[in-house]
Amino acid sequence: MIRFLHGCNVIFFTVLQQQKNLEGYVGFASLPNQVYRKSVKRGFEFTLMVVGESGLGKSTLINSLFLTDLYSAEYPGPSHRIKKTVQVEQSKVLIREGGVQLLLTIVDTPGFGDAVDNSNCWQPVIDHIDSKFEDYLNSESRVNRRQMPDSRIHCCLYFIAPSGHGLKPLDIEFMKRLHEKVNVIPLIAKADTLTPEECQQFKKQIMREIQEHKIKIYEFPETDDEEENRLVKKIKDKLPLAVVGSNTIIEVNSKRVRGRQYPWGVAEVENSDHCDFTILRDMLIRTHMQDLKDVTNNVHYENYRSRKLAAVTYNGVDNNRAKGQLSTKSPLAQMEEERREHVNKMKKMEMEMEQVFEMKVKEKVQKLKDSEAELQRRHEQMKKNLEAQHKELEEKRRVFEEERANWETQQRLEQQKLEASRYNLHSHL
Amino acid sequence: MFSPCVRFSHCHQVLNVLFVCIPQNEGKRNLSLGGHVGFDSLPDQLVSKSVTQGFCFNILCVGETGIGKSTLMNTLFNTMFENEEASHYQNGVYLRPRTYDLQESNVQLKLTIVDTVGFGDQINKEDSYKPIVDYIDTQFENYLQEELKIKRSLFNYHDTRIHICLYFIAPTGHSLKSLDLVTMKKLDSKVNIIPIIAKADTVSKSELHKFKIKIMSELVSNGVQIYQFPTDDEAVSEINSSMNAHLPFAVVGSVEEVKVGNKTVRARQYPWGVVQVENESHCDFVKLREMLIRVNMEDLREQTHARHYELYRRCKLEEMGFKDTDPDSQPFSLQETYEAKRKEFLGDLQRKEEEMRQMFVNKVKETEAELKEKERELHDKFEQLKRMHQEEKRKVEDKRRDLEEEMNAFNNKKKMAAETVSLSQPLKKDKDKKK
Repeated sequence: MIRFLHGCNVIFFTVLQQQKNLEGYVGFASLPNQVYRKSVKRGFEFTLMVVGESGLGKSTLINSLFLTDLYSAEYPGPSHRIKKTVQVEQSKVLIREGGVQLLLTIVDTPGFGDAVDNSNCWQPVIDHIDSKFEDYLNSESRVNRRQMPDSRIHCCLYFIAPSGHGLKPLDIEFMKRLHEKVNVIPLIAKADTLTPEECQQFKKQIMREIQEHKIKIYEFPETDDEEENRLVKKIKDKLPLAVVGSNTIIEVNSKRVRGRQYPWGVAEVENSDHCDFTILRDMLIRTHMQDLKDVTNNVHYENYRSRKLAAVTYNGVDNNRAKGQLSTKSPLAQMEEERREHVNKMKKMEMEMEQVFEMKVKEKVQKLKDSEAELQRRHEQMKKNLEAQHKELEEKRRVFEEERANWETQQRLEQQKLEASRYNLHSHL
Repeated sequence: MFSPCVRFSHCHQVLNVLFVCIPQNEGKRNLSLGGHVGFDSLPDQLVSKSVTQGFCFNILCVGETGIGKSTLMNTLFNTMFENEEASHYQNGVYLRPRTYDLQESNVQLKLTIVDTVGFGDQINKEDSYKPIVDYIDTQFENYLQEELKIKRSLFNYHDTRIHICLYFIAPTGHSLKSLDLVTMKKLDSKVNIIPIIAKADTVSKSELHKFKIKIMSELVSNGVQIYQFPTDDEAVSEINSSMNAHLPFAVVGSVEEVKVGNKTVRARQYPWGVVQVENESHCDFVKLREMLIRVNMEDLREQTHARHYELYRRCKLEEMGFKDTDPDSQPFSLQETYEAKRKEFLGDLQRKEEEMRQMFVNKVKETEAELKEKERELHDKFEQLKRMHQEEKRKVEDKRRDLEEEMNAFNNKKKMAAETVSLSQPLKKDKDKKK
């Protein structure tokens, strides 16, 4: 049994029943219904930040928006809790309506803009938003992701004092610094101090200044629905919304309404001629709450994340390369690429070293060869020399031997002659 | 001046909300409301966004060739998806994904059907499960890579992760084949599995009952985890738990229409009767359709993302050396983790460089030593030759000296002989005179 309390769901269910009997009905048209069921079971979360000087009616407005005593005597609003420095504090409440459970976190900033010197009073706010993004990033990046509590700020209501003239420098400064971190919705507080004409002028002036300073306040998304677009256009014309808050019930024309009683009449909170409260409530809660969460997740958080990861990735990599080149790679892919680059570099280095080495070796080998050749040559030379000497000596000896042989032969002949003559002599005697 | 408009995908949006949990009572106050605030429209806001963006669903059909996978898909989605019949002669298993855009009332569905072609046809089926596991892992990997990018766009990422694996069991009537058990065991930690008995019109009712019991007991005894329809949501717990008891579904698929009575229904016509696909007493097709599409489609997607994908991611990150806590059990911040990884990585690179240099230095030393050796050898050789020369030279000198000595001796002899001759000459003269 599925509980349907919102009007359109009843219609949806009946349509479903009808279609089931249609021929060829597959059934995935029930997907939205399945999603509905699961989301109700899971429950919803929303974190709302309220910022503004004290006494602008922030607590009253929150109480009026959610029709509950979020701020009370026991849990005083930011204006009653001012400390020496700007604090950022949060309170969580669990509220239920029509089977839907909402965990609402209200973040307020007691002390904002109340000091004499308010320079940097926005810093604690920025730090708080960043720290929530950081928490989410860390829990998203864990190896074991079981629970991922989402405490990111989904919307920031900025209260503008109803001076009737224009934005204060603090207003401009704050919005400029926060518009890229969170959805900023500026509101004119205590709008019952402005007449409709004054209010109109004031709004025009504010929007002009916002445009001038290029402040990006929260923008309503375009839809395909004509009807919705018309509504959105009407809201856009009334920005920034001028609100009045009250939780006291007063009887007006036998109707019980919430309003502020003055001697000259009653300013009704929910009367759209009196102020834009109903527009704010409808937009913030009834139609665009989910969109605020989506923009926070898909735009503001992603911006934070990519900046954070780029810093981590390029930490240590040559800055000239990293500048202006927010790649779509993950830090791991970046490391992978660096590894590949390094491998290439090493290959090149290796090749170069090889080359130098080869060259040197060749040189040395050549030198060695040369000296070998030289020595060989000298050796040949000496050998030749020796051989020549040898030959010469041989020749000399030969000549000498010949001479000696001749002489000896001659001597022998002479001797023989002598002997012969001596004999002759003897025989004559 | 205004912040940029963005379109959001249902997929990531819902899944993002998935992880958001409402912790119980941590310093929270429960407050009652004094009227109608209006946040009960939150689910509607969420739903209308997802309808605008459209849904996506991915089915993997695992089963032998000819078991009726394509026919069942056609029957289930009431569309003729183009399909050529697969041959039995593939030499491996390969996966064939096809994406279709369907619409029903205002809901758009991007349906991807992945077919396993060639499953069960090879002689050796040991590796049949591998291409399937690889395909599933690849889809997880792609999603993980996108999730890890610095500039990522998860909200318009086309999610291709498999949300459901329909495992087609052949209607033997006896038990599961070992290929079935092996494959399902490999897949059960990676994907939601719903086993179905295909071509159930060949199994009789009593056989079917026994068959189902046998299959379920085999799955249990082998520790195969199949998908259980969730019973924690009171809206659907009753129907889901009763369906859990009917697993595995025995289905019959058909796109042919047969006239039965005065109605035209999808059926298979036999000589002995007509098997009506949408008749619950004939087969479990309606149950399958109910469970798969009309009741639990969203839960299947959730389980895939929250359980199977997370398991894959955890294993992958641990493999790469990521840890959640340091040795002192202090949780790491993202920055620390990446920085630690980076340091390790750079150290690694440096070490490699050092190694290479060292290797080179050694090589140079070796070669130098070799060359020096050669030089020395050469030197030695020539020393030797020199010595030889000296030797030869000395010999020659000796010979020369000898010769000179002999020459001297001879000359002396000659001189002496000449002197002797001159001495004996005067005698002869006297003699000649006497005559």
